[in-house]
Amino acid sequence: MMSKVLVVTSGKGGVGKTTSTAALGAALAQAGEKVVVVDFDVGLRNLDLVMGAERRVVFDMINVIQGDAKLAQALIRDKRIDNLSLLPASQTRDKDALTEDGVAKIIDQLRLKFDWVICDSPAGIERGALMAMRHADIAVVVTNPEVSSVRDSDRIIGMLDSKTLKAERDERIEKHLLLTRYDAGRAARGEMLKTEDVLEILSIPLLGIVPESVDVLNASNVGSPVTLNNPTSVAAKAYFDAARRLRGEILEVVVPIERKGLMGRLFGRRVA
Amino acid sequence: MNLLAMFRRQRTAPVARERLQVLLAHERMASGHSELLNVLREEILAVIARHIQLDRDKVKVKLDRAGDVATLEIDVEMPEALARAAPRRSTAAASGPAWPTAGTMA
Repeated sequence: MMSKVLVVTSGKGGVGKTTSTAALGAALAQAGEKVVVVDFDVGLRNLDLVMGAERRVVFDMINVIQGDAKLAQALIRDKRIDNLSLLPASQTRDKDALTEDGVAKIIDQLRLKFDWVICDSPAGIERGALMAMRHADIAVVVTNPEVSSVRDSDRIIGMLDSKTLKAERDERIEKHLLLTRYDAGRAARGEMLKTEDVLEILSIPLLGIVPESVDVLNASNVGSPVTLNNPTSVAAKAYFDAARRLRGEILEVVVPIERKGLMGRLFGRRVA
Repeated sequence: MNLLAMFRRQRTAPVARERLQVLLAHERMASGHSELLNVLREEILAVIARHIQLDRDKVKVKLDRAGDVATLEIDVEMPEALARAAPRRSTAAASGPAWPTAGTMA
C-alpha cells in the first residue's frame, strides 16, 4: 500500500485535534495498519500526554531535524499496540526550528516505515500549522458545531487548497469534516448548529460525528486513546467508523446519541 | 422575568447559520481576490520578462472595489532607457493607449 500523510487540523484551538489524532491513529493501528502520530505543536506539545507516553520522551522532532538524534531514536512505540508509534514535538524550542527541508526529510523517512503518517496540527494559521499540512494527502478538519470553530475551519480549508504541496502541484487534496463535541439533543432543539448546517456551509464530505462525551475526557485523563480505553463507547464507535472510511469503506454516518441515565439527564442539562 | 419567557426555548442555531453564511461569503471573496492578484501579478511579470528586463517591484497590480464595480489596475513602470528608445507612434495609432494601464472587471 502507498503510505498516506494525513493532517488533523482546525484553525481554532480546543476543538479536539489532539484527542482525535490519538483516537484515529489508534483505530487505524487496531485495524492492522502501521501508524505514526506526529506532534507539530512545538512549544506546547500534548500528544505525548494524551497517548500516555509523556515519561518516555527522550528525543523529539527538532532533535532529528537538527541532527542531534536519529529518527529511530525519537520514535516512541506504543506499549499497547506495537504497530502504533509517536514522534513527539519539542517542548523547549520555538516554531522556527521546524524548517521546510527538515520536515520534508522526516516525512519522507516516515512514509517508508508507516502506512499512515498522522500529523497533529497546532492551533492557528502560523508556521507550525502550515508545516503540519504541507505534505498532507488527506486532511481531517476537526470542527465544533459553533460559530467561531466553523469560521476558522473555513479559513483552514482555504489554506489546504492553496498552501499545501498538493495544491501547488494542482493536485486535489482530500478533505474530510470531523464534527466533534456534538450534542444531538441540542441540535434538535435548535440550540446548536446541526450537522447539515455545518456541511452546507463548509461543503466538504463528512468523516464522522463524535459526541460530547465523558468517555473522551476519561481517556485523556488516563493517557489512552478512547478507542483503546473504552472501545464500546459511542465516541470510540465514531472514531472506528471514521477510520474505516479513511481506509476506503463506504459507511453511512449515524448521529451519535449519548445515552444518559436519569441522573445524567437531570444534571447534564443544568450544568451545560 | 416573565413566565412566558421561561418556557419559550430560544432557537439560536438558525441565527448562527445565517450569520456564518453572510460572513463567510464575504471572507471567501476577500481571500479569493488576494490569491487571484498574486497569480495575475506572477503571470504578467512572466510575460513582460520575455521581452524586457524589469524589476519585480516595478509591476503593481491592484484590485479596487467601489459599489458594484471592481477595477483592476495594472501599473508597469518601464526602464528609462527603453522609454527613450521607444519609437513615437503616429497620431492615428496613439488614439488608443500604447500600454494598457487599467481595465475593468465586472
